[in-house]
Amino acid sequence: MTVPAGAYLVLSAALFTLGTVGVLVRRTALVLFMSIELMLNAVNLAFVTLARVHGDLGGQLAAFFVLVVAAVEVVVGLSILVHIFRTRDTVDVDEVDLLRG
Amino acid sequence: MGAWAVPWVVALPLAGALVNGLWGGRLGRRGVSLVACLSVLGAFLLSVALTRDLVASPGAEDRTVRLFEWIAVGDFRIPAALVWDRLAALLALVVTGVGFLIHVYSVGYMAEDPDYSRYFTYLNLFVASMLVLVLGANLLVLFVGWELVGLCSYLLIGFWFERPAAAAAGRKAFVVNRVGDAAFVLGILSTGSLLGTLDFREMARLLGEGGGGLRGHPALVTSALLLFAGATGKSAQLPLYVWLPDAMEGPTPVSALIHAATMVTAGVFLVGRLWPLFEAAGPVLPWVVAPVGAATALFAATVAVVQYDLKRVLAYSTISQLGYMFLALGVGGGTAAFFHLTTHAFFKALLFLAAGSVMHALHGQIDLRRLGGLWKSMPLTFLGFVVGAASLSGIPPLSGFWSKEEILHAAHGSGGLWLVALGTSFVTAYYATRAAVLAFLGDPQSPGRPHDPPPAMAWPLAGLVVLSAVGGFLGAKWLGAPFHAFLEPAWGGHEAPAPDLGEVALAVAVATAGVVAGWLAHRGRREPQLGPVRRALEAQWGVEALYEAAVVRPGRALAHLLSEAVDLRGVDRAASALAEAVVRAGSTIRTWQTGNVRQYAAGLLAGAVVLFAYWVLR
Repeated sequence: MTVPAGAYLVLSAALFTLGTVGVLVRRTALVLFMSIELMLNAVNLAFVTLARVHGDLGGQLAAFFVLVVAAVEVVVGLSILVHIFRTRDTVDVDEVDLLRG
Repeated sequence: MGAWAVPWVVALPLAGALVNGLWGGRLGRRGVSLVACLSVLGAFLLSVALTRDLVASPGAEDRTVRLFEWIAVGDFRIPAALVWDRLAALLALVVTGVGFLIHVYSVGYMAEDPDYSRYFTYLNLFVASMLVLVLGANLLVLFVGWELVGLCSYLLIGFWFERPAAAAAGRKAFVVNRVGDAAFVLGILSTGSLLGTLDFREMARLLGEGGGGLRGHPALVTSALLLFAGATGKSAQLPLYVWLPDAMEGPTPVSALIHAATMVTAGVFLVGRLWPLFEAAGPVLPWVVAPVGAATALFAATVAVVQYDLKRVLAYSTISQLGYMFLALGVGGGTAAFFHLTTHAFFKALLFLAAGSVMHALHGQIDLRRLGGLWKSMPLTFLGFVVGAASLSGIPPLSGFWSKEEILHAAHGSGGLWLVALGTSFVTAYYATRAAVLAFLGDPQSPGRPHDPPPAMAWPLAGLVVLSAVGGFLGAKWLGAPFHAFLEPAWGGHEAPAPDLGEVALAVAVATAGVVAGWLAHRGRREPQLGPVRRALEAQWGVEALYEAAVVRPGRALAHLLSEAVDLRGVDRAASALAEAVVRAGSTIRTWQTGNVRQYAAGLLAGAVVLFAYWVLR
């Protein structure tokens, strides 16, 4: 039996919403990152699904791009995070608000 | 000496100005003096060589040197070109010759000034500019020189700009000259559009015999009037003379060079240069140029009678003598005008340098009421002043006698103008004698031990004494009148001085009467009380008051109105209001930037949702 494409898209939307809510409600920077990863991978799932549906490799290509960029983003983000923790002794993003008007 | 030398006449003083302007501080006073004086001397020697060529070989007449194509609009082309013809040669010789003497004099006069190199930079720049003016081959190149000498005049009048009076005098000269120059520009434009060329030789060809069908053409008359208005500004004629007396705030050698010998004669030169145009313009010469010249001559001479500042006496005298030159031009005596221009350059420079020596010896004292008895302590200066004053008065055989006599002769046919000129001659002799008597005779009026100036100032003074004394013989008939033989081909050689013994005797008698009257009236150091006449003279017949009421005060009121109502209340307030609105907007919007990452994320999401909703519901 094959799972219909719609199910994948529903799963993708659910994961994306989970990630979004995570970004909005959690304050720990590490969890924020994980939520963002969740959102990225939700999008990846949608890409790959639609690539399969349309028989077009473009979607898979985009998914690979997202993977690479996400990896790079995590490297940069984590190093910033480590630095913030060393200097301010916290990873709570609500505490880090020096750049306010 | 080929035509290649012509640009170098201009380039040498210009190079001197550049060197002194850029490295004057490092050269030291001796270096600056050498550069300044030698560059002008070099220009003078080149001018002499070129002029000898001009006289010797007929083929060298009217040499034109095209430097480069300056403006090209369709068929209308204006090259940057210099010309070396008889008129240019004469002026170049006067400018570089007298200029060199005054440069040397300045070495002594300015020796103590802290801004030594700036002074000589300006002075060299002036000589270069004046040479551009006289050597220009078309009206536009002439105009470049015309504006440059105006600039140098402004810079040198206000040379001691820390003194408010000097700064104000510089501004006044600049503004008044702008009035004349505006007319001059219009004149250039209308001449160019009428004739299709601004080249002097081309213009002479077009307007040649009979005016080329344009004789008395209204547009030509308008052009001539506008150009003459420009000349009255630069040459300080009525009604634009008011800047010249104030220009005496500058260093005295500057007054001698720029405001007596050379720059102020630029207007006379302009009319001479455009002689074919003015001749073809019909009534302009006899009905405008001559009356303006005669009126200025008499007017300025009468005002000079009551001045107490020695330099201002000389300034009014310069205005008056320039009036003579315009009178001569107006009655058709071109050669007489330029002869007077030349001798005037000698004797007026001499008078100014003598006055400068007095100032130098008495620490700037120039008030005739506080001078006196200087003949004993300053014999050379006394000799210089007396020779200059006698020459100015027209006492034979000094140079001024010859040229003034020619002007009177040229004006003889024009009745009233001749009488005015003769009357002016009397007044001139009177005020010249008055100044000499008050400054040099009687008892000393102020403390101090005056002495003749140092050699650097004494030699130029002596040189000008000789030139003022014998320069007139250049026009002596029994010597073949070399001056006239040289210059008359410039206007086709249609005039020749015909001395009439009766006329000469009358002129000499009038001048002598003026000298005697001046001596009788002032030998006791008393000023004749003339009542209302004296007050009128001191008020310059009301001209200054008229300007004050008609120009200066309305101008100030307008400026005040603009600054108060328009600028402060209008422009400034609008600008402030705009700035305040921006500041207020900024202080509101800045609170939106909280620094909280999650709020930004919420904002992003909201934006994405709005875009998505728009895309879906569209």
